[in-house]
Formats: sequence, C-alpha cells, structure tokens
Amino acid sequence: MRDIAAEEVTDAVSHLFQEACYHLPGDVLGALKQARETEESPTGREVLDGILENARIAASEQIPLCQDTGTAVVLLELGQEVHVTGGDLYLAINEGVRRGYDEGYLRKSIVLKPYSARVNTKDNTPAIIHTDIVPGDRLKITVMPKGGGAENMSRLAMLTPASGRQDIIDFVVTAVDEAGSNPCPPLIIGVGIGGTAEKALVLAKTALLRTVGQPNPDAETAQLEKDILRWVNGLGIGPMGYGGTTTALAVHAEVFPCHITSLPVAVNLQCHSARHKETVL
Amino acid sequence: MAKKVSLPLTDEALEGLRAGDQVRLSGVMYTARDIAHKRLTEDLEQGKPLPFDIKGQTIYYMGPSPARPGQPIGAAGPTTSGRMDIYSPRLLAEGLKGMIGKGRRSPEVRDAMKKYKAAYFAAIGGAGALISRSVRKSEVIAYEDLGAEAVRRLEVEDFPAMVINDIHGADLYQDGKAKYRKNNDII
Repeated sequence: MRDIAAEEVTDAVSHLFQEACYHLPGDVLGALKQARETEESPTGREVLDGILENARIAASEQIPLCQDTGTAVVLLELGQEVHVTGGDLYLAINEGVRRGYDEGYLRKSIVLKPYSARVNTKDNTPAIIHTDIVPGDRLKITVMPKGGGAENMSRLAMLTPASGRQDIIDFVVTAVDEAGSNPCPPLIIGVGIGGTAEKALVLAKTALLRTVGQPNPDAETAQLEKDILRWVNGLGIGPMGYGGTTTALAVHAEVFPCHITSLPVAVNLQCHSARHKETVL
Repeated sequence: MAKKVSLPLTDEALEGLRAGDQVRLSGVMYTARDIAHKRLTEDLEQGKPLPFDIKGQTIYYMGPSPARPGQPIGAAGPTTSGRMDIYSPRLLAEGLKGMIGKGRRSPEVRDAMKKYKAAYFAAIGGAGALISRSVRKSEVIAYEDLGAEAVRRLEVEDFPAMVINDIHGADLYQDGKAKYRKNNDII
C-alpha cells in the first residue's frame, strides 16, 4: 500500500482547475491553429483568430478563458494499492474545487435544487466524480471544467440492433446540426457506442479527453470517426455558427460491448474551449 | 472592417445594420440572464417599474467570472441566448432594441425583432478574456442576490460583436450555414 494524504488531493484539484481555466491544452491550441489554416470562410478565420487571441490573453493575465468555468467534472484512476489518509477522498476533492474556484476567481455556477429553488451553492460544489479502480499504487486526477452551453446539447439514443453504422452517423450528425451555434463550435465531438445508457454517456465524455484528432486504435472505429467528421464539417455551421467548414476539430468515439437487444449511442459535445488538466500523485 | 456603433442604439443605426456585419459597440449595456429575465417579466406583470428604463436599451446575456482586484470585470463572454427566448418578445414590446448573446433565436423572437425594429448580435462564445478587455466599468444595479446572474450596467468600448438578426429579417446563422453547406442531401 502507498499512502496519499487527502490534503495532497485537495491541493492538486485546486491547482488543476485554476490552470485548466487559464490555459488551453497544447493539442487543442494546435488543432485550432490548424483549423485557422484550412477554414474556407474569411469570417470563420477571424473567429478562430479571436479564439487564439483569447487564449493568449487568458494565459498571460490569469483570467478564465471563458466566464463559464463549468461544472467541476473530476475523473479518477485510483490504483488499488493506494491508501488515502487523513480524510475522505471525495470530500478532499470537493474541498479542492471550493478552494480552486475561490482563489482562482472562477465563476461558481452550480445551483443546489435543479427544479425548484435554484440557489447557487457559491463554491461550485458538488463536483461530478467518476472513479475507475486500476492496478498500481498511483492516483491519476483529471479535471474538466465543463461549460453548460455545450453540455446542454448532449444526446442519447437507444438504437436497436437493426440499426447500423449509417444510423449512428445520422444520429450524431443530426445532433450537431440541431445544436448549431449553441455549443460554441468548433467542437470536439465525443461519441459513446454500446454498454448501457449511462455507460454510453460516460464513454462519450471520457472520449473528449483524448489528444485532439488522435484516432481510436481500432481501425473500424477510426474510420467511423473520420466519416462522422467529414459529414459534420459539411454541415456549414462553422466557427461560432457564422458559416464555415470547421464545425468540429475532431470526432472521438469509444465503443463497449452491449446487450443483445441494445445499441446505445451517446453524444457529448465539447466547445472549442476544451479545458482539462491532469496529474498523477 | 468592423462598423463602430454607439449604444444605446438609434433607429438610424439599426436601419443601417445588416446580418453579417461586424461591429464594435461603445456605450452602455445591461446584463441579464435566465433568472433576471424571469424577474423582469414578473415585475412587468405586476406593473412594477423595471430596475432600469429598458426603452432603447441593449441587454447582454452574460454572467461574468469574479473580477481580480483592480479589474472592472472577470471573463465576460456571452451565454446561450435561446434560453431567454420565452421572455424576449415581451421585453422587445417594452422597447428593448438590442440583444447580445450566442446561438439562434426562436421564430417568435425573430418576428418580434422585425415588428419592433430591434437587432440581435452575437459575441464570440468562449472568448471571455478577450471580450473583458472592452469593458471599462461594471456595476451591479439589481438582483444582487443572484451573484454572477445579477443585472449589471456595463460601460463598454469597442465591444466586438456580429450582427446575427437585423431589422430587415435576415439571419446570419441561416445564411452562413447555407453558404458553406456541402451535404444537404444527407439528413
């Protein structure tokens, strides 16, 4: 067993959220710069210039890239030989969110009662935490401040076994088309195929964390990603929906076995401000 | 080349704006989002005065991140406008002339914009740091309990925006998409 102090987890989470909200990951910046070169619409290119300029200002002035600093999504890969000491792991994570959002001048966007008194919790807790238990004695923490505009355009379809590849493409492309300018394109499109309803949605979300444009290692799924991307970028929505050829930077699909009666397909959209950061304790 | 436009908007300025025009807005605007819109509408229904005279004014759908010491505001980009669609026709009838946000508006809002001669602008979503540079002053004037969602009076200079819906009925989201759409036949 290896001990990790809960306080260390709190410090890491606080730091990660602040860094994630000020700095776009290098692969996202690279994909945006690439899109700036290939976008056909002059207005679209200007929007991409604005997005890149925004990233420069945010990083140099330590101001959030976007005022929507999101729901605090935290993904853990917890080694089964890790022993968390000095406190409850999930409380430690929430304390890190509380501290990071306060110290970092990040917006607190969580309301306690979703359908009645929508009173702000004032510290952006509770975090949404997904935990995988893995071999080893390390704890990997990934934080993902997830903005509401793109998250609100998520979709789930319980297709049937009679459906096939083309039905999946149609569902994903239609979801992006209907979302239009709302989710702040250019997007990263997370697709989860298989499992159960909630498994498909988690797959779609975790797919967003893959290095932008890195294909699925399975050739069949990699081809599916390519085909969806081609259709999506033919929609004409473009950067911020003003028209153009870059509606998405990438499509990332993850696949999991499913029940004989099922074919769940989930879409989780990531805006161009694709913020996430990770560390290993 | 972006057009310089003063706020509040004049009928003459609105007449000259076209969907697809890039503009730089300077002057005064008010922020309001979901709950603030609900309260403004409730005030109107109860015959109470609004916290600011809405006639001729512009509302920006925005809830900023907290300002660092010495700064007028934190990140200050737009939120999705569609959530305000159910409230906007009423406010347009009261004399609201401009709305700033991101994302398409409902047919009802577009009709009301034509009827009352008002325009809808988009700012770049996710460019909150860039946009914050155009905000000179920010002051909470109502619903302080809402925190980021309170109504603020902003003084802006060269606030970058794009005309989406003009008073003549054009819509950049539809026109721009149609221009670059390559696979009309697939869905």
